[in-house]
Amino acid sequence: MGANIDLIFKIAGIGILVAVATMVLKNSGKEDYGFAVTLTGIAVVLIMVIQMLGTLFDEVKTVFKLF
Amino acid sequence: MDILQISGIALTGAVLAVVLKQKSPPMAVLLSITVGVVIFLMVLGKIGAIVDVLRQLSERADISSIYLGTLLKIIGIAYIADFIAQICRDADQGAFATKVELAAKIMVLVLAVPIVVAVLQALLRLVP
Repeated sequence: MGANIDLIFKIAGIGILVAVATMVLKNSGKEDYGFAVTLTGIAVVLIMVIQMLGTLFDEVKTVFKLF
Repeated sequence: MDILQISGIALTGAVLAVVLKQKSPPMAVLLSITVGVVIFLMVLGKIGAIVDVLRQLSERADISSIYLGTLLKIIGIAYIADFIAQICRDADQGAFATKVELAAKIMVLVLAVPIVVAVLQALLRLVP
């Protein structure tokens, strides 16, 4: 449970970091790098979220005997 | 007091999602998924306890486990489908949400058909 709450802050941190990095890169005239950074951040977070969603579905499956 | 914990998580998540929404909306959607999953996982243990009680009651009342099993499966499908549909709606994809709900309805109908058939057969047995 604690690890899950940590994940919320982790995702928020990555999001803010990616936003700042994109802004800095945009201001220094490297907009395509900024897009790449955004895409990478979203991919990393998506992997974490999907793993957690998998645990949720497994839990629901065991509780409601959905096989 | 789990409800205080859940309220705290929801409030923190809401503030963080609003901050993220300005700069990168996809990240805000992912954050809202995470908050939803965390709260759901906290509640799921208690749902399991309720389901166990229901199961014991149905055993004591000699109700066939097929009926309760089907009922629980339908509830599980409804929970998951509703969760995903709401996330899709939050992400401004109302069409996906409607499709997930339609799929869930069809799945529920498929599960419910044997029970409907059993009822009809019982009725036919009554008619001479």
